[in-house]
Amino acid sequence: MGTLELDKPGKTVLMMGDEAIARGAIEAGVDFCASYPGTPATEVPESLARVSEHFGIYAEWSTNEIVAFEAATAASLAGLRALVAMKQNGVNVCADFLMTVNLAGINGGLVLVAGDDPSAISSSNEQDSRSYARYADLPLLEPADFQEAKDMTKWAFELSEKLGLPCILRSVTRLSHSRGNVKLGVLPEKTRKAKFEGVYISGAFAAAQHAALHQKLEQAREEFETSPFNFYVGPKKAKFVIVTSGTGWLYSREAVAALGLEAKVGILKIGTTWPLPEKFIVDHLKNVAEILIAEEVDPFLEQNIKILLAEQAKTLGPIEVYGSKSGHRPAYGEMNQDKVVQALASIRGLQLKARDEKYIEQAKELALTYIPPRMPTFCTGCPHRASLWAIKSALKLDGRDGFVTGDIGCYAIGAGPAGYFQIKTIHCMGGGIGLANGFGKLDRFAFNQPVIAVCGDSTFYHAAIPALINAQVHNSNVLMVVLDNGGTAMTGFQPHPGSGFDALGRSAPTVEIENICRGIGVEVRVRDPFEISQAVQELYDMLQEDGPRVMVFRRRCFRIEAKEKLQKKYYVDQTRCIGDDCGCARFCSRVFNCPGIIWDQEAQKAKIDEVVCTGCGVCATLCPGGAIKVRGAAS
Amino acid sequence: MTLEKDPLNLIIAGVGGQGNILASQIVATAGIKEGLYVTVGETYGASQRGGPVMSHVRFSAKAQCGPLIPEGEADIIVGLEPIEALRIIADYGSPATRVIVSPRPIYPIWVLSGQAKYPPVEEVVQKLGELVAEVRVVKAIEEGETGLAANVVMVGALAGSGMLPITMKNFEGSIKEIVSPKDLDLNLRAFKKGVELAGGKAAVPVPVKTRKRK
Repeated sequence: MGTLELDKPGKTVLMMGDEAIARGAIEAGVDFCASYPGTPATEVPESLARVSEHFGIYAEWSTNEIVAFEAATAASLAGLRALVAMKQNGVNVCADFLMTVNLAGINGGLVLVAGDDPSAISSSNEQDSRSYARYADLPLLEPADFQEAKDMTKWAFELSEKLGLPCILRSVTRLSHSRGNVKLGVLPEKTRKAKFEGVYISGAFAAAQHAALHQKLEQAREEFETSPFNFYVGPKKAKFVIVTSGTGWLYSREAVAALGLEAKVGILKIGTTWPLPEKFIVDHLKNVAEILIAEEVDPFLEQNIKILLAEQAKTLGPIEVYGSKSGHRPAYGEMNQDKVVQALASIRGLQLKARDEKYIEQAKELALTYIPPRMPTFCTGCPHRASLWAIKSALKLDGRDGFVTGDIGCYAIGAGPAGYFQIKTIHCMGGGIGLANGFGKLDRFAFNQPVIAVCGDSTFYHAAIPALINAQVHNSNVLMVVLDNGGTAMTGFQPHPGSGFDALGRSAPTVEIENICRGIGVEVRVRDPFEISQAVQELYDMLQEDGPRVMVFRRRCFRIEAKEKLQKKYYVDQTRCIGDDCGCARFCSRVFNCPGIIWDQEAQKAKIDEVVCTGCGVCATLCPGGAIKVRGAAS
Repeated sequence: MTLEKDPLNLIIAGVGGQGNILASQIVATAGIKEGLYVTVGETYGASQRGGPVMSHVRFSAKAQCGPLIPEGEADIIVGLEPIEALRIIADYGSPATRVIVSPRPIYPIWVLSGQAKYPPVEEVVQKLGELVAEVRVVKAIEEGETGLAANVVMVGALAGSGMLPITMKNFEGSIKEIVSPKDLDLNLRAFKKGVELAGGKAAVPVPVKTRKRK
């Protein structure tokens, strides 16, 4: 039994931030969870799906975030408690529904977990989702550690129900994907039955609903004034206070300790960041002369605090505010302890104990020039390597300076050396085919470059279909290549509508990509990218045609495949490999670039790294000398 | 309980696919069993596709730490791959850092394609030694052996080194809690192998020139 199901109230366990959020939802008696996977929020729904049978929770991977949010809202309207989790970009996908569900209201507790990714560690941007709470007039909670991730989530359901509004819980990568101590709470008895009653229509009375929404937000502010998630630590009469939220709390506390400022600097930690608990903040800032705002990414807290200080100028008098506007905290990139230390030191004129510069110089020299860089690459056996090779070869044969528009998924690595630098644009889910269908209409402006839009299978269902319909009805010259590897691979192989199984691993109906294309009326072919010469030839042929066309390169991700069968073992027959005399320019290791093939320095021939090789066999098809063979097969 | 140094900062560095996350989870759970606050900051996502992966594991008897170790504050580094141990010294190492490293290279794509060179492993270890207080080389995996629980061998080596204030009982209890029952034997054997390597002949301490901070 995992920690999620553990019925030991008071026991301390190690939990990932996302798991703690899931456990908080479980302790709140969550009934329904719908989500689309996205780093760093994926593990919240994944955890709930894992224990869904145990706790009687309905869990699904939805087609995209707005569908997930709408499905979860339905459960709330029927009186159930529901959760939806998504990465920051997913909140944009939800925005249309968000800006009306706030007006129409909800019934059962509804929590939207927004997993932000400061520094864009696994994302195409580092947007700060907190602005959505202010924009949509919704309550916003920001857990600062693992315990709060659990406790705040539980509370968010109660608050949401009380206010009749969805609550937004903002996590960040360093909380969602970090692990720490969590003291477990009580598991509830679940008794809710679903029943829909009432009317939830936004629009006809939108202005009146908007006014009512503002009143609900004032009610939220009242709740926040006494929340245990807002607190002050430090000396009673501190003149200098750090105001912080989210991960900034842990970094601030460590920074104050590292500089030995515990007796001089206080920390005002805010967990409920929209609407601000104004009385609570004002009470703690009386007699304070300077504040430093420590938060992650946008100056969200900073700007709202500044407005409050202006409004309260008579009570509080002048307070100097340090933050991103003053240049003491960058309003981009993730936060850390060193950034808080530097801000404090520069404001207070402290000399830091600097690290030995010569030491850093020597270590940097080694890291940057002595050892080779390591770029993320396609796994050995990855079908995307073969697909991008086929695309590269077909575009080269075509010779008209064709290019590839990219999308979101593992294959985005194809913008770098792993995909032979073929991908030239990457934006949002579905953005590649959207751009391509615009490029495909530029022929009257003397544009004659062929355009290939690559798109993953999960991305196809999520966001590509409207753009493909657009390409069809406007007869846009675009070749779409769907890289269908059988699952949402980047985030950990969650199923999608084509996978044939659901969030719990049970068999499920499928919606085939080629049937959607045929329904739209687009010409579609389905090929195995590992049949590489055929793949190149057919792509080349399709590049010579006009109008919209779709090639589905279908080959299951080997990581999904490997779970099902033993892979073949390949080896380099060094009697056949003639090394540099071949004229192939070390094709397998240098040109095709698979990490499963290494250069045997002693023999001066290629060699398979059996630890890494997964036995996909594509290199065996491509080796001009026919030197790569299956172990145990007749030669 | 008090720690000799609080917080005590450990980094486990390797390459996506080496089992870095499982290793850090075992060490951290063992720390919680010991009654400590433990924070593990992990980098993965895009990095799991063959990029560098690093886990920051921080132990404190007083309070929950932030998920990132401040610059130059790593007390212990476990390198699942030799150049990945060296790569992080500039940001997190100091002359007081102690390193346990597996010498088995995993070649980056730029080395495979001939655009970059992978330096000799002995030399990498020696360069490491010039920067830190101690380097222990632990041959977690033999030539020809497939990548079997090498991460847990390295956890065993860390346990056997005595660098962490965590008992063997709590390490083993942690493995039993985390690893699935069907893989438990394999992982416990890997752990024991690591413990033996750290204390036995296979762990060869490298002669070290320690640089003093000016």
